[in-house]
Amino acid sequence: MKSHYLNEDYSVRSWLLTTDHKRIGILFLLSITLFFILGGAAAVAVRLELLTPEGDLVSAEAYNRLFTAHGVIMVFFFLIPSIPSVLGNFFIPMMIGARDLAFPRLNLLSWYLYMAGGLLGLSAIVGGGIDTGWTFYTPYSSVFANGQVILAATGVFIAGFSSILTGLNFIVTIHTMRAPGLTWFRLPLFVWAHYATSFIQVLGTPVVASVIALVGIERLFGVGLFDPALGGDPLLFQHLFWFYSHPAVYIMILPAMGVISELVTCFSRKRIFGYEFVAYSSIAIAAVGFLVWGHHMFVSGQSMYAGMVFSFLSFLVAIPSAVKTFNWTATLHKGSISFATPMIYTLGFLGLFAIGGLTGLFLACLGVDVHVHDTYFVVAHFHYIMVGGTVMAYLGGIHFWWPKMTGRLYPEFWGRLSAMVIFIGFNLTFFPQFLLGYMGMPRRYYAYPGEFQVLNVMSTAGASILGFGYLMPLCYLLWSLKYGAEAGPNPWKSVGLEWQTESPPVVQNFETTPEVTQEAYAYDAQEAEADAS
Amino acid sequence: MHPESRFLAHHFDSLEQQHEAATMGMWLFLATEILFFGGMFTAYGVYRSFYPQAFVAASHHLDVTIGTFNTGVLLTSSLTAALAVHAAQAGRRRAVIGFLVATMLLGATFLGVKGFEYHHKFVESLIPGHGFVFPGPHARHAELFFSLYFVMTAFHALHILIGLGVMAYVIVLTRRGQVTPEHHPSVELTGLYWHFVDIIWVFLFPLLYLIR
Amino acid sequence: MPQGLQLFPQQASTIAKHVDWLYFFLIAVTIFFATLVCVLVTFFMIRYRRGAKVDRSNPVNHSTTLELLWTGIPLVLAMVIFAWGAVLFYAIQTPGQGAMEIYVVGKQWMWKLQHPAGKKEINELHVPLGKRVRLTMTSEDVIHSFYVPAFRIKKDVLPGRYTTLWFEATKLGTFHLFCAEYCGLGHSRMIGRVVVMTPGDYEKWLSGGGNEEPLEVSGERLFQRLACATCHREDSKGRGPSLAGVFGTSVRLKSGASVVADESYIRESILEPQAKLTAGFDPVMPTFTGQLGEEGIIQLIAYIKSLARKPDSSAPPTPPTSH
Repeated sequence: MKSHYLNEDYSVRSWLLTTDHKRIGILFLLSITLFFILGGAAAVAVRLELLTPEGDLVSAEAYNRLFTAHGVIMVFFFLIPSIPSVLGNFFIPMMIGARDLAFPRLNLLSWYLYMAGGLLGLSAIVGGGIDTGWTFYTPYSSVFANGQVILAATGVFIAGFSSILTGLNFIVTIHTMRAPGLTWFRLPLFVWAHYATSFIQVLGTPVVASVIALVGIERLFGVGLFDPALGGDPLLFQHLFWFYSHPAVYIMILPAMGVISELVTCFSRKRIFGYEFVAYSSIAIAAVGFLVWGHHMFVSGQSMYAGMVFSFLSFLVAIPSAVKTFNWTATLHKGSISFATPMIYTLGFLGLFAIGGLTGLFLACLGVDVHVHDTYFVVAHFHYIMVGGTVMAYLGGIHFWWPKMTGRLYPEFWGRLSAMVIFIGFNLTFFPQFLLGYMGMPRRYYAYPGEFQVLNVMSTAGASILGFGYLMPLCYLLWSLKYGAEAGPNPWKSVGLEWQTESPPVVQNFETTPEVTQEAYAYDAQEAEADAS
Repeated sequence: MHPESRFLAHHFDSLEQQHEAATMGMWLFLATEILFFGGMFTAYGVYRSFYPQAFVAASHHLDVTIGTFNTGVLLTSSLTAALAVHAAQAGRRRAVIGFLVATMLLGATFLGVKGFEYHHKFVESLIPGHGFVFPGPHARHAELFFSLYFVMTAFHALHILIGLGVMAYVIVLTRRGQVTPEHHPSVELTGLYWHFVDIIWVFLFPLLYLIR
Repeated sequence: MPQGLQLFPQQASTIAKHVDWLYFFLIAVTIFFATLVCVLVTFFMIRYRRGAKVDRSNPVNHSTTLELLWTGIPLVLAMVIFAWGAVLFYAIQTPGQGAMEIYVVGKQWMWKLQHPAGKKEINELHVPLGKRVRLTMTSEDVIHSFYVPAFRIKKDVLPGRYTTLWFEATKLGTFHLFCAEYCGLGHSRMIGRVVVMTPGDYEKWLSGGGNEEPLEVSGERLFQRLACATCHREDSKGRGPSLAGVFGTSVRLKSGASVVADESYIRESILEPQAKLTAGFDPVMPTFTGQLGEEGIIQLIAYIKSLARKPDSSAPPTPPTSH
């Protein structure tokens, strides 16, 4: 049997002390899957409670802790690390022809920090819970809330440094370790997207780390940094929080866009349409994304003119996303399109991301946002981006690279079926929430007026389908580890560098450092057709 | 085999590449640090603009003489840190260790003086949240000032403490012969970090002590 | 309350229909682009599926014209939406003159509302049809948000400062009042009703029930009880500035700056007298922090406002220059 990164050493120690980016990627995969299941379970409980207008399944106290747990886990311990820490970690070095990330030990530290933060967060949730919402707004979080706010804040703080180190590692790696011939404009767009993402991680995360630390310190020592009783400004927290947490949205979605660029080209056997525009739009999103945080505060009491400036900039940041969508669509033109599971996810992404992005315009638009702010409209919008966008792309990417990571093929039929179940379940869950939001149902409500019930029931029904859809890949991917067919080095006939080596890859990734002589995505649809016929 | 190649990690092709990566990583880390403190500086700026008189009044309870002394201590330590890097380039291993020890002593002095100041504030009942007493009409807003003062200087002191630990480690590396004229990123990057810590103080000192 | 499937909220304020028009325009834009993308994707998917015999020669991978087109068109559209939204926002934020004033205090977890005539309500707000109502709002604890979906208005209610909101009801009936900013355990119970009545019914409702006194009368009593009048004498000879005619004017401060004496300024001057000291006076006023609740402050403000309306106020009020 050939030696590769998985079978080289089976000891637990060899996993816990590994500095191999591939193994660290796998460690992240296992941990974030665990957190996804926990966050999903909280979501199920939330949706079940909302089946009826009265608060009857759980107490209001429990409900508030549930939606906070859902938000904290999904944002900080699933979505932010999801694509970068698993797929980025595993594939960025391989895509650029490197043997590892620039700082392998920092990479391992990043996983330990993530786990430490995650376990602290979990212990906060289990040991009493937190009911501040994932946004930790002061003065509620700093003075009024009871529960384990300090513990959770510490967890988020520590996990933040995991994200910072990952971003730092990526930037340095992409700058200094590209294979000979791999110029910037030959890089896969997955790498470009992560490059842009990394800057947000490095520059945005420390701000939220310090502001969350301040909330923790305020609670721990009773010093008043945001306390209105001392003249502290409750809006200051919101400004600092969203300065990171809005760009954090792009930490979640930019890598997803990178995945889609890889998938759409491979399965239509076409070069990407407008390579430079897709690459630069990632940078544009990351840059302008730092200037739009105030659109979370249109009704918060910030000045009217600040609102107008933030609204204007928010409309600007929508443009590069639109450009990407059009380029992906145009890539399909004259392609030779096949419908393997990753492509189904890609097509689903295109539709859902379009709706998610367009409904973002409603929220950037001042006059309409006043009405829909803090209602289910917002909830629906960001789930279309985060779940319809990021999670769809993440699952698409997992299926695409599964043969490379494990050396096994997943069962195609079940893959396609679950992708479609997820697509349907998702829309049924979240589309009704747009309507609920415009009708005026505020978010974070444990009980609600009777006229909102029908749409809530639809949403809960959708959620049960969605939950079932998510369980399917979990089962058949595990199954494939033992029973899946051998994948071979390049089952998709992809041109990416990561496919030019064994599956699973050898410890050093490549037998010899590859040399790059052509553009990314040098596919030829005509040739593919000739092969097929 | 080149004598320096024992320092080359398996995943790099050359020492130049490895150095470039390490230096760039450090600069990015410092960018992160600047934004970390940036949040607190923003909070300071906002509250100062809200309550200028209270901040002036509160600032008068800080001892400029002690602050100036500490600034001098820290600036001198930056000089010794720079001299350590210089010595490393020249391959004078004992001098490297000597300058690092001097830097550590100065850093420790800074922390000691800071501790003395903290103690003084405790005696004066200027610890926010725990029986804070401030004479005059600005008590509540002065408490904000002192909250910021303690949080910012404490985070800064934490960075000094980390710096001391790192330098102790670099001294061990130097004694083991891992610092050569061609290869001394540990000394160089520690110096970079230490200058950064110094610069943060150069901003903290006037904001907290001097602007009145 | 009607049950069953409802898909659209009632329109019950002057603003509502404007918000809805913009909303419909946005829906049209969304449908257009979402359909465009979906139709194109589906069309390409079928036409260029693997194995289909179609012309795939000369594939295009780059077109600056197309890129400019699909950057430019969305950009222009986005700017139109921005401008429309901003103009509407300006209208939502600017109450104009002559609105009737209602004070709102949010606390965990109830709304306390007070009419100028002194009538107090909890979780219910009665307002007359067709009259502009301006809400001046503050919170006793955490951040809340005053939200009436049928009016399409919302504004956060903050501790330690005032925010304002206005509306003009156009439909009789009862409408939801929600707290839209998460505020803890009872967040979803912090709901109430806005009852829109004909002006006649409203007058009747106001005069019915208890013997409330107008806010400014309570405020005047409080003003006497706290001995404010010993310094703030009407004849301008006290140790503090005379408050007659001050409200709404521009006050010159000791620091040289000037500030409009609005609700927030008066509130601050009661709680933090030294923060923005009027020029020509010594910092002798003690703070009233801890001695006055939000409602007491509101009464004092109402009283000081009433002083500005008195005909004998010396200086004509200067209109506020900035906010």
